[in-house]
Amino acid sequence: MIITLAAQVPGFTPGPGWNLIADLQDMLSFAFMRNAFAAGTASAIVAGLIGYFVVLRQSSFAAHAISHIGFAGAAGAVLLGFSPVLGVAVLSLAASGAMGMLGKRLRGRDVVIGLVMAASLGLGYLFISLYTGNAQNAYSILFGQIFGITTGAVLITIGASVIVLAALTAIFRPLLFASLDEEVAQARGIPVGAIGIGFMLLMALAVSEAVQVSGVLLIFALLVAPGAIAERIARRPATALALSGCLAVLITWISLALSYYTPYPVSFYVTSLAFAGYLAARAWTAWAGQAGRGRRLASQRQGQRDAGMQARGTATVRL
Amino acid sequence: MTTAGPSQPPPSAAEASAQQPGRQGQHPAGGTVIEASGLASGYGSGTIWSGADFSVDAGEFLTVLGPNGAGKSTLLRMVLGLLAPAGGTLRVFGAPPERGNPSIGYVPQRRALDPDLSISAEDIVGLGVDGHRWGVRLSRRAGRERQQAVAEALAAVGAAGYARRAVGRLSGGEQQRLQLAQALVTHPRLLLLDEPLASLDLRSQQEVSQLVADLRAEQGFAVVLVTHDINPLLPVTDRVMYIAGGSVSVGTPDEVITSENLSRLYQAEVEVITDSRGRVFVVGLEAEAAHPHSPATVSGAQS
Repeated sequence: MIITLAAQVPGFTPGPGWNLIADLQDMLSFAFMRNAFAAGTASAIVAGLIGYFVVLRQSSFAAHAISHIGFAGAAGAVLLGFSPVLGVAVLSLAASGAMGMLGKRLRGRDVVIGLVMAASLGLGYLFISLYTGNAQNAYSILFGQIFGITTGAVLITIGASVIVLAALTAIFRPLLFASLDEEVAQARGIPVGAIGIGFMLLMALAVSEAVQVSGVLLIFALLVAPGAIAERIARRPATALALSGCLAVLITWISLALSYYTPYPVSFYVTSLAFAGYLAARAWTAWAGQAGRGRRLASQRQGQRDAGMQARGTATVRL
Repeated sequence: MTTAGPSQPPPSAAEASAQQPGRQGQHPAGGTVIEASGLASGYGSGTIWSGADFSVDAGEFLTVLGPNGAGKSTLLRMVLGLLAPAGGTLRVFGAPPERGNPSIGYVPQRRALDPDLSISAEDIVGLGVDGHRWGVRLSRRAGRERQQAVAEALAAVGAAGYARRAVGRLSGGEQQRLQLAQALVTHPRLLLLDEPLASLDLRSQQEVSQLVADLRAEQGFAVVLVTHDINPLLPVTDRVMYIAGGSVSVGTPDEVITSENLSRLYQAEVEVITDSRGRVFVVGLEAEAAHPHSPATVSGAQS
C-alpha cells in the first residue's frame, strides 16, 4: 500500500519498484538513510514508552512546554557554535527538573507553564535572528531534520535511549503506581516526589531525542499519540507499553520511507500518521464499546446481584 | 505467598494463612493498634486540633466524624506517617508511625479516573501487591501468586465479575470496591478509609458500610473510617470520634453524639435529635453550614 501511494506521487528521488526488498536495499544503501532509521528507531522506542506515562500522568502539556523551552537551548547552542541537540538536552533537563521540584504546586498552573513556554520560544527566535549562518538550522529545530543527522549524533541518541530504558525498567512499577494513584503510592512508602522528578528528567531526554525526528513544534505527535492510543486499547500496563513503543517505531519507519520516495517532509508524515492512528483507535474503542454493550449490561446485572447478596450478608466473604 | 509475605499478620495467624488463603476468625485479641496521647494535628504553626487521648484496639471499628476542614483526614495522614504530629505522641502497632507499613490498608477519597483508562481492574488491585517494588517482575511464581492474591481480594469485595474490565469505564461504586480490594490485598491489620460514603446514594452507603463490617468480621482488622454522616455506620461501628472546634471527643455513639457534648465541641447551641428509626440528626448549625469551610455540619441531613 505504501508503494502504490508513493508511486502515484511524482518524486525527485528514484521511484520505488514493486519489490519491497529491493526498495529497502535501495533506501538503506545511503548512509544518511541508515543513520535516520537508527536514530529514528532509538528515539521512537523511548518516545513511545515515556509517552504512555505522559498520558497516564496527564502531563502532556508539560512535555510540550519542555520541548519549546528546549528550542531556546537549541537556538542558543547554534549561536554559540554547539550542537543544537545538546542545547535542547541541557535546557529541557533544567526545565523538567524545575517542574519536577515544583511537583504538585505546578498542577493547574497552565498559565505559568504557557508563559514560560512562550518566552522561551521568543528567546529562541531572537537567537536565530542573531545567528548569521544558515537559516535552515531554525527550520530543522522547529520541524525536525532526521535526514541530516551525523553518525556521532546517532550514537549519542542510541546511548540516551539505553539510559532511559534502563532507568524506566528500574522504576517501572513504582512509577506506574504513582501515576495511577499518587496518594496510595505515597502511603505505601513510594518516594512519589523523587519518582516525579526522575520521570521529568527521563521525559526531557526523550524529548531531546524525538526533537530530531519531529521537531520542537510537532513533538506532540510522536510523544503523546502512541501512548494515548495504547491507553485506550491495552488492558495490561506491559502490553500498553509494548504497543505504544511499537506504534511509535512503526510511525517513524513508515514516515521515513514515505519521505524518501516523496518530496514531503518526515515530520508531516509522523504527525499525520499519529493523528490518523489516534482517530482509528477512538473509532475502534467506540465500536468495541457498542459491540460489548450487551455483554457488559449482563455482567453489570450480575454485579448488582453480587452486591445485593453482599448487602444481605449471604455471600461467602473470603480473602 | 512471597509477594504478600512481609505484610502477613502476626505469627500466630500465619500458619492458618500459609495453606488456606481465606483466613477465618479474628486476629489474636489484645494489642493496641493506635495509641495517642495529647495528640495535636496541624501544618506548620497552625494547629487544627489538639489534646486528643485515645486508643484503637485490634479489630475495633472507629468512625471519625466532624465537619469539613476539621482535620479528619490529617488524622489518617498522621497514622500513615505522611504527616508528623504537631504535638503529643502517636504510636501505631506500638511504634512511631512509619510510611509504607504493609500492615495498614488505605483507601483515600475517591477521585474520578480518566474514562479512557483501559487498564484492567485486576491490574489496579495488583498494584497493592507489588506496585511499590523496584525493577520488573521476572519470576513466574511471583506472577501466579500475585494473580492469586488479586483474585481473592476481588472476590472478597464482590468485584470478581469485572476483574478484566477497563477501570475507566466502571461506575464510581465499582471503582471504590477496587480501591478496597487493593488495600486489602496485603492482609492489613488496620484499614483506613477516607470518606468512603461520600457521593453515594443511601442504599449504596448501607452496602459499603455492611461490606466493610463483614470483611472486618472475617479478617479481624481494625477500621478507622472518616465520614460526614454517622447514620449508615451506626449499626456497625464500635466507637466514634468527633472532631470539631479544635477538640476531639471519643466514645460510643451514645456517649459522644449528645446535645451537651457537641454543644461543647462546637461552642454553639447544638441539639441532637433521634428519630423513630434510631437515626441521629444534629441541628443548630444551620448558620455555620453556610460557611464555606464547614458546609456539612448538619450530620445526617442528606439522608
